Amino acid sequence: MSSNSFAYNEQSGGGEATELGQEATSTISPSGAFGLFSSDMKKNEDLKQMLESNKDSAKLDAMKRIVGMIAKGKNASELFPAVVKNVASKNIEIKKLVYVYLVRYAEEQQDLALLSISTFQRALKDPNQLIRASALRVLSSIRVPIIVPIMMLAIKEASADLSPYVRKNAAHAIQKLYSLDPEQKEMLIEIIEKLLKDKSTLVAGSVVMAFEEVCPDRIDLIHKNYRKLCNLLVDVEEWGQVVIIHMLTRYARTQFVSPWKEGDGLEDNEKDFYDSDEEQKEKADKRKRPYTMDPDHRLLIRNTKPLLQSRNAAVVMAVAQLYWHIAPKSEAGIISKSLVRLLRSSREVQYIVLQNIATMSIQRKGMFEPYLKSFYVRSTDPTMIKILKLEILTNLANEANISTLLREFQTYVKSQDKQFAAATIQTIGRCATSITEVSDTCLNGLVCLLSNRDEIVVAESVVVIKKLLQMQPIQHGEIIKHMAKLLDSITVPVARASILWLIGENCERVPKIAPDVLRKTAKSFTSEDDLVKLQILNLGAKLYLTNSKQTKLLTQYILNLGKYDQNYDIRDRTRFIRQLIVPNEKSGALSKYAKKIFLAQKPAPLLESPFKDRDHFQLGTLSHTLNTKATGYLELSNWPEVAPDPSVRNVEVIELAKEWTPAGKAKKENPDKKFYSESEEEEDSSESSSDSESESGSETGEDEEDSSGDSGGDSSESGSESEAGKKRAAKSSKAKGKGDSKDVDKEKENSKTSESSSGESSSIEESSSDSESESESESESESRKVTKEKEKKTMQDRNALTKDVSLLDLDDFNPVSTPVALPTPALSPSLIADLEGLNLSATSSVISVSTPVFVPGKTHVLLHRMSGKGLAAHYFFPRQPCIFGDKMVSVQITLNNTTDQKIENIHVGEKKLPMGMQMHVFNPIESLEPAGSITVSMGIDFCDSTQTASFQLCTKDDCFSVNIQPPVGELLLPVAMSEKDFKKEQACLSALHLLSKPRHALWNERNFHHNYCCPAEFCFLCDPSEGSKCSQRGCSPFWTR
Amino acid sequence: MIHSLFLINSSGDIFLEKHWKSVVSRSVCDYFFEAQERATEAENVPPVIPTPHHYLLSVYRHKIFFVAVIQTEVPPLFVIEFLHRVVDTFQDYFGVCSEPVIKDNVVVVYEVLEEMLDNGFPLATESNILKELIKPPTILRTVVNTITGSTNVGDQLPTGQLSVVPWRRTGVKYTNNEAYFDVIEEIDAIIDKSGSTITAEIQGVIDACVKLTGMPDLTLSFMNPRLLDDVSFHPCVRFKRWESERILSFIPPDGNFRLLSYHVSAQNLVAIPVYVKHNISFRDSSSLGRFEITVGPKQTMGKTIEGVTVASQMPRGVLNMSLTPSQGTHTFDPVTKMLSWDVGKINPQKLPSLKGTMSLQAGASKPDENPTINLQFKIQQLAISGLKVNRLDMYGEKYKPFKGIKYMTKAGKFQVRT
Repeated sequence: MSSNSFAYNEQSGGGEATELGQEATSTISPSGAFGLFSSDMKKNEDLKQMLESNKDSAKLDAMKRIVGMIAKGKNASELFPAVVKNVASKNIEIKKLVYVYLVRYAEEQQDLALLSISTFQRALKDPNQLIRASALRVLSSIRVPIIVPIMMLAIKEASADLSPYVRKNAAHAIQKLYSLDPEQKEMLIEIIEKLLKDKSTLVAGSVVMAFEEVCPDRIDLIHKNYRKLCNLLVDVEEWGQVVIIHMLTRYARTQFVSPWKEGDGLEDNEKDFYDSDEEQKEKADKRKRPYTMDPDHRLLIRNTKPLLQSRNAAVVMAVAQLYWHIAPKSEAGIISKSLVRLLRSSREVQYIVLQNIATMSIQRKGMFEPYLKSFYVRSTDPTMIKILKLEILTNLANEANISTLLREFQTYVKSQDKQFAAATIQTIGRCATSITEVSDTCLNGLVCLLSNRDEIVVAESVVVIKKLLQMQPIQHGEIIKHMAKLLDSITVPVARASILWLIGENCERVPKIAPDVLRKTAKSFTSEDDLVKLQILNLGAKLYLTNSKQTKLLTQYILNLGKYDQNYDIRDRTRFIRQLIVPNEKSGALSKYAKKIFLAQKPAPLLESPFKDRDHFQLGTLSHTLNTKATGYLELSNWPEVAPDPSVRNVEVIELAKEWTPAGKAKKENPDKKFYSESEEEEDSSESSSDSESESGSETGEDEEDSSGDSGGDSSESGSESEAGKKRAAKSSKAKGKGDSKDVDKEKENSKTSESSSGESSSIEESSSDSESESESESESESRKVTKEKEKKTMQDRNALTKDVSLLDLDDFNPVSTPVALPTPALSPSLIADLEGLNLSATSSVISVSTPVFVPGKTHVLLHRMSGKGLAAHYFFPRQPCIFGDKMVSVQITLNNTTDQKIENIHVGEKKLPMGMQMHVFNPIESLEPAGSITVSMGIDFCDSTQTASFQLCTKDDCFSVNIQPPVGELLLPVAMSEKDFKKEQACLSALHLLSKPRHALWNERNFHHNYCCPAEFCFLCDPSEGSKCSQRGCSPFWTR
Repeated sequence: MIHSLFLINSSGDIFLEKHWKSVVSRSVCDYFFEAQERATEAENVPPVIPTPHHYLLSVYRHKIFFVAVIQTEVPPLFVIEFLHRVVDTFQDYFGVCSEPVIKDNVVVVYEVLEEMLDNGFPLATESNILKELIKPPTILRTVVNTITGSTNVGDQLPTGQLSVVPWRRTGVKYTNNEAYFDVIEEIDAIIDKSGSTITAEIQGVIDACVKLTGMPDLTLSFMNPRLLDDVSFHPCVRFKRWESERILSFIPPDGNFRLLSYHVSAQNLVAIPVYVKHNISFRDSSSLGRFEITVGPKQTMGKTIEGVTVASQMPRGVLNMSLTPSQGTHTFDPVTKMLSWDVGKINPQKLPSLKGTMSLQAGASKPDENPTINLQFKIQQLAISGLKVNRLDMYGEKYKPFKGIKYMTKAGKFQVRT
């Protein structure tokens, strides 16, 4: 990387420079020379002198040294009086360093710190926002209780500051003041409430953080800001995103009803439900409880989805936990891919992510099963990562993959990392119990491990085998005998204890061996570990009860040894056993049942994941990682039975119609006026504002009064999507203004006989709403229905279209602007017709269709040569007017023969076109030579939608189904308008203007400050920041980040 | 959120501390040292350590532990990610992030930390903004500062902080306008004894070095964007545009940055460019073992494989090795038992090999497992996934930038089990 190396050179050069610089200063300043010899006191005297000197450079040097002391953790508090004087220094660097010092020591020197307050108060009024902000920062950071009222005042003022940066700092100051004096809570909540309404993305994260610290229970403050926060989320800085997402997760759990199907509620107890999703769905279907998701709930889920692509692991994790906790189970699947991606980052990130995956994989295996191999362990992983991966592999094990997994485990068992090898053995044990098919295989494998050379491995195997045998009451005499032999060699206490216990339990099955084992252990009793001693006692007791003839004396010997053992547990146990098994006059009724007590059927131990009980903590939290409740952890509440009133989230309507003057005009002239519905408009406007960067002064973000009330469920979702689409459409159908495009919906509902002039806009709307629905998989079916309806409509509209152009209101147009030459008509006939109509009206012609300036050479694969048995086909949109009909989009198809034989009779077979779509096929090609290629052109009328045209490409022998889906941009056509007109249009379409506000702002700046732009070439269908090139067909309208 | 930060070097000295709220005594680090002792290796120190009153979250980079002290519930990844960002920033400022460099620049470090967090909540973490607030030390600036008495602390709020492109500073000017993109792909793979692939995936990144004047708006398109189904972006990339058209459209930050990273996991898509033939055997009775490995190319798309190194952690029983390589140099450290062989280029006509014997501890039993071989290699001018950049266009500025794209494939965590 040449460029990088260059950068490095520069930087390393810089490093040297500082060293040189520092060297220089230390030799110049006398203190540096004396420092070595003088005492600390002396040194500080020195610093004091420097601080009191007149030269800024000396002061700066002194401050730098003091900061160095602070950094090293040395006490510099006695310099306080000398330092605090410099708080008013003109030199900004000295000032900053003094701030650093103040924040560190003000708490210790409260009285002296007060000297600096007036400086800050002055700085709070400074015209420079950076100075105001840093003054507030320092003022609120010096933890001096006396100045609480001053801080309060400062925060209040700053929260109304014009600069969002200062307001952000005010939000931070709230938390500081709260920790200094919790009494101020009420006042602070008021400020938080005010700041929550702030529309700046800069402020949002910080104020939510303050909210979480000060009043996390005041969920009512969020209601009115909920939608705004959801919509701002993508543009908030990363750290703010994390905090907001966590807060909204909690909010959603209190405000919406569960999207999980009935029966899922039992998730914690009945894991079996999760084995198959189908089963679950069936169950839910049977119950037939209609569930419609609150649109606000949906909004949150939808708006967080893009953040899964964030580079910041914390954001990805936050979205993942949001999906886990509040999304319908069928949708939570998308998070697994992103989480698996995080596994490539640093070990610390891996550690946290793996822990969370471990918890998730217990409950919903299916989510991570496709990524099984990503959890395979590498020998270079740190042990803690290895063990977590192993845990996940165990959770994911099932009948289908167990054989692969066991093979993998075999490698792990041999690992040089013995802790990991031991964990693997545990894992094998767990797999054996959970998957009965392989339990025998596992057991055999474990028995083989008993002859391993490594003691830890053997010991662990013994323990696991013990557990397995206990679970299977079948005879395993051989294994027990084998283990009895091991007792001679093995020294690990746990393993020895396990073997003894096992022999004791099965003493009747190995009648010859058991007494012998007891004999041997009796000999070594005194030197055994406590754990083993207890088991020897148990073994003795059990044998005494079953085989007292042979073992009576031995047992008594052991009991005597135990009686005088150093450990009181063992003495205790000895006494207890003696009373129970050796009958004497004192022993009560219990000794009769001794055999039952000792040799009762014991319940098998459950081998469970250590992550099983973590699911009650919210994922991604510290508490989840530690598996204990951390200070300040906020419980995630359960879903409410009945959703609280959703209307609390509605925000007062602000009359928006006023801003839309052209819309108003258009409305008046529109014969369909009566169809115009108020609620439609509101929904419209709310949608537009919801997408907008709400930095502008207008209050559009608030007017969602009725929209959620009127609409419910998914259909409204897709409905509102198309509203948004319409907004875009409306921008293009400039002449008709807002009203028309909005009417479309109403018309569709109300009348079949539309003589509307909005055909054009609806057609565009069609395409954009379609593209929306592609990305919106959740409401797919719904939206498809809607789309179909619209499609019908569009067809009708189109018929009426050409006639209706004259209805368009052209009064708004600016007649001054120079008409642009009439271009050759390009694609998308309906649009052309419409726009030509515009040009025909002589009064104005601000918009004119232009030729494509840029035709991308990008081809799309129609048929891959592998799937086409050697026939490859590519298509490409030449952006030329189609010769087959003016409603058609021309498509060029290049056919290649990659086989070594002739391909004969290539033609288009059966066509499966959506309703209304038409296709003009190419003439059959008789034959195509090997390695030959031929280009043919076709025309397809896509009905201005992005629906797929499916047809069959046939050769003599085969038929291949192929389909063409046009990008939205290929359906649009380029138009040119002057910059002035563009701006005018933009201003008229206030909603739209807001929609892409940041981009426009940017563009404006560039345009007018850097004098860039060629105004004649703007397409108002495209985002202007794209510049001229992209203003042509080929890019989708109005994207914002 | 983040209360304090301690920087601890490998010998266990706290060489820098910074507090954003009241001072937390550095004795809190004792809990950390305890955990460090228990973990034996630095890699195994748990990232989250609970103590009675605090929680210690740490990251380990460049042989330095960055230990954050927190008091209340906070998403752990939030802190970890932030600490990594701190390290990245230091690296960006000083070129390297090491103990002596941090000590030398302690004032700048302190100023930067002060700007990065306010009351424990991240304030400015974009390096472009930070660099406007506190200018990184360079030779020129130090000279100018000593003469004019000006400082390296900015007195204006960086415009980026308020704009919609917070990652870019304004007023950027270059005489040579250039934009370089490096497509770097790393292959993570586990190859089993018999040479078949157990897992293989590609981790790719596109690192950019953009030095363009003004506010350029770039679009980058790919020949085969479908490969990229699992991506993460720099915040500058417009997500909607990617969703709809699979084009990267962005206003770049100034300087070096990671534009995107992606992950190709479909196993059949991953070509394995090298193979390793190995014959390592220990015999139970004798104190000698045989060792032989050969590295050869496989699916390299006609490119040469360079920078090959082979490393292997030998079992404890191995006392010494006497080996002869057909090319390159090899070393064996009898203390750590680490064998490394610097192979260099692979010549397909004459495959490099390393042969010889191992002397084992007398009387010790033979190790259970043959050592795993870790492979490193580089292939220039090739992105193994087949990703190709189609074109880069610039809008919004008038000049013609110099554009460059480079491909490289590297081994990531590439292991061969033997």
